[in-house]
Amino acid sequence: MEDALLLHRLQFAFTASYHYLFPQLTMGLGLIIVLLKWIALRRRDELYNQAARFWAKIFALNFAVGVVTGIPMEFQFGTNWARFSSYAGGVIGQTLAMEGVFAFFLESSFLGLFLFGERKLGPRLHFVAAFLVFFGSWVSGFFIIVTNAWMQHPVGYAPGPNGTVTLESFGALLGNPWALWQYLHNMTGAVVTGSFCVASIGAYYLLAHRDEAYGRMFVRTGLIAGLVSSVLMAFPTGDAQGKNIAFNQPVTLAAMEGLFQTKEGAPLVLVGQPDMDKKRLDNPLHVPRMLSFLTYYRWGAEVRGLDAFPADEWPTNIPLLYYCYHIMVGLGTLFIAITAAGVWFLLKKRAYGARPLLWIILLAFPFPFIANTAGWMTAELGRQPWLVYGLMRTPAGTSATVSAGNTLFTLLGFLGLYFVIGVLFLILVFKTIAAGPAHAAHGE
Amino acid sequence: MTILWFCVIAFMLAVYAILDGFDLGAGVLHIGIARDDDERRQVLGAIGPFWDGNEVWLLAAGGTLYFAFPLLYASSFSGFYLPLMMVLWLLMLRGLGIEMRHHVDHPMWRTFWDGAFAVGSTLLSVFLGAALGNVVRGVPLGADGYFFEPLWTSFTVEPDAGILDWFTVLMGVVSLSTLAAHGGNYLAMKTAGDLQRRARRGARLWTPLAAATSAGALVATSFIRPEIWNNFGAEPWGAIFPLAGAAGMCGMLYFNGKGDDTRAFLSSSTFIAGMLASTAFGLFPVVLPSSIDARYSLTVKSTAAPAYGLGIGIVWWTIGIVIALGYFTYLFVSFRGKVGARPEGY
Repeated sequence: MEDALLLHRLQFAFTASYHYLFPQLTMGLGLIIVLLKWIALRRRDELYNQAARFWAKIFALNFAVGVVTGIPMEFQFGTNWARFSSYAGGVIGQTLAMEGVFAFFLESSFLGLFLFGERKLGPRLHFVAAFLVFFGSWVSGFFIIVTNAWMQHPVGYAPGPNGTVTLESFGALLGNPWALWQYLHNMTGAVVTGSFCVASIGAYYLLAHRDEAYGRMFVRTGLIAGLVSSVLMAFPTGDAQGKNIAFNQPVTLAAMEGLFQTKEGAPLVLVGQPDMDKKRLDNPLHVPRMLSFLTYYRWGAEVRGLDAFPADEWPTNIPLLYYCYHIMVGLGTLFIAITAAGVWFLLKKRAYGARPLLWIILLAFPFPFIANTAGWMTAELGRQPWLVYGLMRTPAGTSATVSAGNTLFTLLGFLGLYFVIGVLFLILVFKTIAAGPAHAAHGE
Repeated sequence: MTILWFCVIAFMLAVYAILDGFDLGAGVLHIGIARDDDERRQVLGAIGPFWDGNEVWLLAAGGTLYFAFPLLYASSFSGFYLPLMMVLWLLMLRGLGIEMRHHVDHPMWRTFWDGAFAVGSTLLSVFLGAALGNVVRGVPLGADGYFFEPLWTSFTVEPDAGILDWFTVLMGVVSLSTLAAHGGNYLAMKTAGDLQRRARRGARLWTPLAAATSAGALVATSFIRPEIWNNFGAEPWGAIFPLAGAAGMCGMLYFNGKGDDTRAFLSSSTFIAGMLASTAFGLFPVVLPSSIDARYSLTVKSTAAPAYGLGIGIVWWTIGIVIALGYFTYLFVSFRGKVGARPEGY
């Protein structure tokens, strides 16, 4: 049984983390493509249209992988988490079904028109198609976040028949205060990913002395969108999301911050390694009293540490949770620094020739993917040991009839298949980048 | 209310079977009927703008099932764990087969993805039929409402049968031949010239097989689950469903012979809808029969979500589906007519 639980968790964690590498770029890039097409339409500038066509090619590949890896997510609630599904389906089935009905139909119908219909539609309708694809992906994200927010902070439910929960207030489910900030934090994170990818490829073209008109446009667009989204990701969205956790999951906050002992004027830890045996942080570097201030706006406020909570309510993997959280925050700070420096160079009109800066931008593109993944791992590991916070523990939610052996079989299958998909994706994206923006023809 | 949601899900699955059915059928047939690169592009161009949206009907049906009948979703998805995972992998293979082909201009690359498209489509068609076969035959549901089926045991229709036994394999062949004929009708409608002629011939080959296996499956069902006829006795108006199916089959044979591809396609759509509706009508109120004890069978009542959520759902579902049907109408109108020799994007 223990084995099966671990394998169910590993399979979901792997398929979800891998899947989310793609939608975050879809949602971020979707916005940037709409922006490019908007500028093209307003200024009647064909260069922006051609740039949008180039990004649409990468968007299409990315979208396709996002779709094929997304289907298993919809299935795995039932296949691997059957007891959770029968317990909570009356509530979160709402939002998952709404995603299908409102977002998937929209995206899939207009994606074809967006990718293949430019000549057929004309510039204005083609802009509308691009917008609807972007809009659909953001609607999809909303319903997924509302679903996750309910698992983090259950609202609008009542006890139902046979020990299940049932929906009591549809408005409360959709208006979950947790969902609002989680959604905005998540979406700004997606725009950071999109911006860094655009800027990175622009930097490559400038460094390689090819397609330089596009290179300048990509660096400019990516840096500006990247700065705006990175700042919004930290404040107010990240800050507000942190307070959601502090007030609703205080034990999670303590674990994320590596705060073992309750303290007045608690410090903010920058670096350090949690030692679970000795219940302390090794080699800590910290800013005194900062955690108290960030959480309660008072330097001397008491922050409850892990010792204030029974051990069976602690997140089950505190060191991993702690590292994921610190990686997310550290990288988020780095993104603000890079894009702020870049925008400064743009204002000084020196950005396109500043080779060290361009090298940094070129090499920075993987880090938003890492930060977004670490952020989601913080959310999901932080929710442990609960599957639905305070209501259902994770081991109680698995499919009791699916054995460890069968789960390992499918986990290995997913590992193999996703490896192949990843290789194909990278080959085709590199091929598109190598061909260059000038060669991205109509409708391909 | 639960009856309404039962109809909603049956409707969504039927729409899925009709729409993605022609994509799958095109995949089954394309190696045989499209002889060169140009013709293969035409096959992909005929389904290219639609297949992803068509597949969404399956996802949306799954999501709606989760929402309306959580216990059925939980029980069937965990019980059919292995075949569902394989369906997922095949859906990926089929999707990649369609989308990867045009990215690299090399004959070996194209041949490989054509093969993936054909294999994925063929196995999916068989699996979807076998899945329906399992629902008709029943699964070893215990008192707790859960079960787990291995892929196969002895291939007999015993209480401990696996996913595949002679009956479900027969249903798989019914599905394969029906969808192949359906895909042939669709391609004949959307193409011209040699390709159209060969698509028509493909449909002509598969339609009689679909008729024969369907008749066989009908007889077999009467032995395995005779109570499926009870509802038709109690509510004789339900006979319109099997009659529609039979009329659809006659239309398939007749219009295919006359070369009226549009009517042949409408006939195969009617056949699919009629057969699925008959099955749903015959099973109701059972949604998953137990092969151990009829008392353990899952019904609409025992698996439905409470009334408040279902009541809210019917409001947004209606709005969402009306909008979605609008998209589909617009999409099919935008890409109406026959596919040219070198369709955009493929």
